[in-house]
Amino acid sequence: MEKFTTFTSRLAPLAIDNIDTDQIIPARFLKTISKAGLGDQLFYDWRYDAAGNPKPDFLLNRPEGRQAQVLLAGDNFGCGSSREHAPWALTQYGFRAVISTSFADIFRGNALKNSLLPIVIPAEEHKKLLAAMAANPAATVTVDLAQQQLTLPHGSSVTFPIDSFAKECMLQGVDELGYILKQDAAISAFEKKRTLTINTLSAA
Amino acid sequence: MAKTIIQKVWDRHVVAENPGAPALLYIDLHLVHEVTSPQAFSGLRERGLKVRRPDLTFGTTDHSIPTHDRSLPIVDKVAETQITQFEKNCRDFGIPYYGPHSAKQGIVHIIGPEQGLTQPGMTVVCGDSHTATHGAFGALAFGIGTSQVEHVLASQCLLQTPSKSYEVRVDGKLKDGVGAKDIILNLISRIGIGGGTGCVFEYTGSAIRALSMEERMTICNMSIEGGARAGMIAPDDTTYQYLSGRQYAPKAADWDRAVAEWRTLPSDEGAKYDKRIDIDASTLEPMITFGTNPGMGIPITAAVPDPASVQDPVERDTLGKALRYMDLPSGKPLLGHPINVVFIGSCTNSRISDLCAAAELLKGRRVNPKVRVMVVPGSQQIKQQAQAEGLDRIFKEAGADWREAGCSMCIAMNGDQLQPGEYSVSTSNRNFEGRQGKGGRTFLASPLTAAASAITGVVTDVRTLLG
Repeated sequence: MEKFTTFTSRLAPLAIDNIDTDQIIPARFLKTISKAGLGDQLFYDWRYDAAGNPKPDFLLNRPEGRQAQVLLAGDNFGCGSSREHAPWALTQYGFRAVISTSFADIFRGNALKNSLLPIVIPAEEHKKLLAAMAANPAATVTVDLAQQQLTLPHGSSVTFPIDSFAKECMLQGVDELGYILKQDAAISAFEKKRTLTINTLSAA
Repeated sequence: MAKTIIQKVWDRHVVAENPGAPALLYIDLHLVHEVTSPQAFSGLRERGLKVRRPDLTFGTTDHSIPTHDRSLPIVDKVAETQITQFEKNCRDFGIPYYGPHSAKQGIVHIIGPEQGLTQPGMTVVCGDSHTATHGAFGALAFGIGTSQVEHVLASQCLLQTPSKSYEVRVDGKLKDGVGAKDIILNLISRIGIGGGTGCVFEYTGSAIRALSMEERMTICNMSIEGGARAGMIAPDDTTYQYLSGRQYAPKAADWDRAVAEWRTLPSDEGAKYDKRIDIDASTLEPMITFGTNPGMGIPITAAVPDPASVQDPVERDTLGKALRYMDLPSGKPLLGHPINVVFIGSCTNSRISDLCAAAELLKGRRVNPKVRVMVVPGSQQIKQQAQAEGLDRIFKEAGADWREAGCSMCIAMNGDQLQPGEYSVSTSNRNFEGRQGKGGRTFLASPLTAAASAITGVVTDVRTLLG
């Protein structure tokens, strides 16, 4: 993983509540055994027509959408299926952050493990941001993870919450598995004292 | 201090709690399937890691596998590659699995309980959001992404922060024609699909106690549709009777020790929950969804809501977009709306009692000739049992298609899918746009409502067909 650095970007607004992971990446694209090519399939059924041609009016097919590294979505983004293909597709397209008023639990966890920052802001700020975008589609925001600050188009900023451990992993560009594997002694100790009255698979 | 079952299972699995990091939680059972695991196995190979506890890991093929005759080759080469790779991964890493030709193959959340792998007090994970199903046994069971699949394969642990607790109390007696699916669809319609975000549900109350294990699984299965990663039901004698004698359940003295331990799991008297909702089961009607998420549900006799009555602009647009996709007018019930397909299956409703309920209604009747009806058992074992009981004959004589076990048209990865514009009444768990095939439109409902609608060819209140 690359280190997550501060950046300024245009926004791609998709102001719909409850965008589920089946929309982000439809299930028929999950037959792959790799991560390659998912960016082209992002929001496939919203983005392409029946013949597979890009719909010219869909934001992510337009140059201004292509320039955006931040997706501005409605409430409860990423609900539904646990597929990590969703953050893989979003990051491969070029997104580095998603702003919403809330995220589904599994998606949020998956996003953080792929250096895609889920930014939760209050509903009032979200409304203002949508209004600012409507007034000026080229407006930009600045994302500063270290300070947990989102600087809005009119210059003010909002602080956003993030799990401190996930934040450190993203800033340092390391994944969690390295940390978990360093706990090997604790895991072995737990396994020794684990009073499992249940049958394990090997005992059956 | 009085503890909930959620806290008790959590506390018993904390391996380490280091400053500045989430708790390290031990996982008792890790279920894997072909769709969300390949990249995790690739990760292990790249890092030169082994599977720490193949004896606590179990695999099956369910999502991309065809449900037609298993002696035929898999036509979709991409799916075939995925299934072949999965079997190789299981063999290479020493993981037991039920492949496409196993007599015990089935949907991962069906076979875990069926084989006795899922047990009270366990932590259970799988790269699938419907892992919540296993919570019906008093296990803390939740879906994870592929990175976490890799973490568990490598370490048998996950970094986790505790969730809030949310008591869903259901009291009272269900009316005829109303079942477990209607309870959970009703809950989700009340709290919305984000209502349980950050929470684990515990389902309590007399109506929950009265349910069979299969019905409890239907409810816990759709916890994720209410935003909760997990949903639990405290184990009781119903649980122990279900588990007793199953392949991987403890035997003899181990069984007695296990039951004694399981009896310590139910929430203590006076345990505090962060949130609570009460549902009166006696007031419930059969439920059906009209929109493009499982929270957009109504009692079957109620009218589809009007976007103009919604104040918040984004909410209004979201509802309007859903009704446009579904091509439905607002202000009147769905009753009588023509349908093209009925799907009876999925990890929500493909167990033997679901099939029995549908068969009882279809016995001696014919499905409407305009409707394609697919019945997909959740596992090969359920299929065998249904055939032994003659259910397959009832379905076939009624004009329904009786198929092999798998996820099938719930997720439409395997060729079982709606055509653009088609309507289905489906016993599955998601009605998202395109979920059952691009452009397809899904009404979620119970097996009884699905069977009733199959007979008439339109959305039907099953109570009008009950003797």
